[in-house]
Amino acid sequence: MRSHTVSAEGGAAGVAKPDDTLDEHAYDTISGGDWLSDQDAVEAFVREAPQELLQLEHWGCPWNREPDGHVAVRAFGGMKKKRTWFAADKTGFHMLHTLFQTTLKFNPIVRYDEWFVTKLLVDDGRVQGVVAIELMSGKIQAITAKAVILCTGGCGRVFPFTTNANIKNGDGMALAFRAGAPLKDMEFVQYHPTGLPFTGILITEAARAEGGYMLNKDGYRYLQDYNLGSPEPKPVLRSMELGPRDRLSQAFVKEFQKGRTVETPHGHVVHLDLRHLGEKLINARLPFVRELCQKYQNIDPVRELIPVRPVVHYMMGGVSTDIKGATPLAGLYAAGEVACVSINGANRLGSNSLPECLVFGARAGHAAAEFASTAKAPNGVAQAQALDEQKRLESRFLGKKSGKDRIATIRKEMQTTLEDSAGIYREEGSLSKGAEKLRELQERYDNIGLDDNSRTFNTELEAALELGYMLDVAECIVQSAWHRKESRGAHQRTDYPARDDDRYLAHSVIWRNPDGSSRIGYWPVTITRWPPGERVYGQQSAEKAKTAK
Amino acid sequence: MVEKITLEIARYSPERDDKPYFQQYEVPVHKEWVVLDALNHIKDTQDASLTYRWSCRMGICGSCGMMVNGEPKLTCATFLSTYVRSGSKIRVEPLRYFPIIRDLVTELTDFLAKLKKVQPWLIRKEEQPLSQGEYLQTPEQVDCYKAYSMCINCTLCYAACPVVGLEPIFVGPAALALAQRYNLDSRDQGAPERIAQLAHPDGIWGCTFVGECTRVCPKHVDPAGAIQQYKLAAVVSWLKSFVLPRGQQS
Repeated sequence: MRSHTVSAEGGAAGVAKPDDTLDEHAYDTISGGDWLSDQDAVEAFVREAPQELLQLEHWGCPWNREPDGHVAVRAFGGMKKKRTWFAADKTGFHMLHTLFQTTLKFNPIVRYDEWFVTKLLVDDGRVQGVVAIELMSGKIQAITAKAVILCTGGCGRVFPFTTNANIKNGDGMALAFRAGAPLKDMEFVQYHPTGLPFTGILITEAARAEGGYMLNKDGYRYLQDYNLGSPEPKPVLRSMELGPRDRLSQAFVKEFQKGRTVETPHGHVVHLDLRHLGEKLINARLPFVRELCQKYQNIDPVRELIPVRPVVHYMMGGVSTDIKGATPLAGLYAAGEVACVSINGANRLGSNSLPECLVFGARAGHAAAEFASTAKAPNGVAQAQALDEQKRLESRFLGKKSGKDRIATIRKEMQTTLEDSAGIYREEGSLSKGAEKLRELQERYDNIGLDDNSRTFNTELEAALELGYMLDVAECIVQSAWHRKESRGAHQRTDYPARDDDRYLAHSVIWRNPDGSSRIGYWPVTITRWPPGERVYGQQSAEKAKTAK
Repeated sequence: MVEKITLEIARYSPERDDKPYFQQYEVPVHKEWVVLDALNHIKDTQDASLTYRWSCRMGICGSCGMMVNGEPKLTCATFLSTYVRSGSKIRVEPLRYFPIIRDLVTELTDFLAKLKKVQPWLIRKEEQPLSQGEYLQTPEQVDCYKAYSMCINCTLCYAACPVVGLEPIFVGPAALALAQRYNLDSRDQGAPERIAQLAHPDGIWGCTFVGECTRVCPKHVDPAGAIQQYKLAAVVSWLKSFVLPRGQQS
């Protein structure tokens, strides 16, 4: 019930209405992802999403409804049709709680609340469980299993300014990487265009879908200058404020460079204007937006402009899985943001991540259960590894007093490094510098100790382990970004500004070598029915659709 | 000069201490800082052993509830600046009436068991297959239970409820509001089962309607209102048991 899914606001996409088709959802997803999505995975995703959303309805999810009682859908960025199911602007919260409460019905489901995983147990070429710390008691022990599914979410905390919760430190990605499973497309980091300054709290895309405007310091709807269509009073699908997130975040940087953003103590901002929507609509459809603005920014969007700036939001990359949620390491599965199937390609569309959790969560569950039904029981080697891990944690962390470097200092330097080298725009020089700095931080990390050596609920130990995960994941992001010498979706290289399908219509894959270094390779993208095309939004998009007819 | 404020924080480690004690820390008061930012500042720069839970910092995950100057609060939504005028100290303690694991961290095992006890899932005599589509529900029908579905399990209401303090066995405000969330859902048919389960002194009859739970709820769930409705429903169903022949449902 505390999972970061709880923070997801806007909605969950799944074709629901007669004017919509699975192919249109697939096309929006693939073009939104700049043709880096695996199309077989996208086809499975759009086919199964409506069923999974319906299943949640049957479990009690309070979806918004039409007057006739059917589930209502709303518009969303990059989507050509209205197909986003929503529960006001607390969709993730309601989905999570519905699911959590429903699991309470099933006694065979055993939860290990507040156990922190430190290592995957691997022997005989397969994963056989995990080592974990029970925070309440400080007990370190093995939980053996025939199959393990990672559902740990993303790693936004490697950046200084993020919508992500304190628990989003790339744990699952680093665990898999260290165990020998590859990470895929790690250079693709999504900046959401509308975060509140200072806190990084997300103002959902639904605010724009309901008709909000993006304004620069002159009150001008600046998106019209960036090939995103022309301003209309009412929202137009796949146009202007309803363009995709990567393009809107990039437009912000260009506006900043032109001196047309607003300076604040917490960096430059633009404005999101909801005032013309009126109090009634805001209360009915965007109550959480109003609450967040009032409680955390001390402004009322009914009467005032909301200051916003791009904020790190989502990892398109993650632990590489196949269409069933299986990683290349036997017995290891992954689903949700921690995984990269990939349906999101180079840029995820808003409201595709919640149904991705449902569809690939179910797929990974089925695949893991099938694997476990024939897998051998965990062996003694796994138990021995668990003992070694316990000794490592005790001597490396609990038995070592803190030195001159604090965890928070290294963490902060890592975050600044990531923003400077692998932010919205990247280039070779800054990426090389970032890689070098990360190596230095890794060395300093190897020497840190703890103030707190007690066993009970040791959150300093947890923070130290999380920093270790983040440093590994940060290195993967910077390395993958350095090697991809093109611009695609959320990965924009100022030194290689064009998309290069000849060389990079491919997933980047990064492995850890036994000596601790890493290596990069490329895997082909699966194309089924949609050959790579130009990504167009706004007027051009409408014209193109007309010509096609 | 940045203004400073003193935080007086309850510390307790079962490995070292017989009982909780207070430790003082001084932090700068920035306009946009909440109590949680001050705790993070202390942990990052002064004392890494300070122990508390937090996650989303946007008032929806429910993990950062504490007593702030004696009031149950979400610390991510409680600005330091509001306390500057009322005195120079802010006292931070773990949520009242819960066992303390360490410092500001409370134990939730019992709370989670209470949630499960109210059967917070849709109960139906017959499940409609998915192929028949969604259960229809009008916006008005959603509105009937919507407010009770907003609970984030932050447990502030338990720390505010004097009955929880006196009778730890009492199911408590959040769990009863959650039961009502399902009872009022037009898709649910489990209300009689839940009412039978909860119509005793550990359940709804434990509540003396102090209303503190509703006052402290950061999400306007109104558990007190839910419990009153519940009591009424229980009385009606008890009266009906006289009017109608045994076992017959209206």
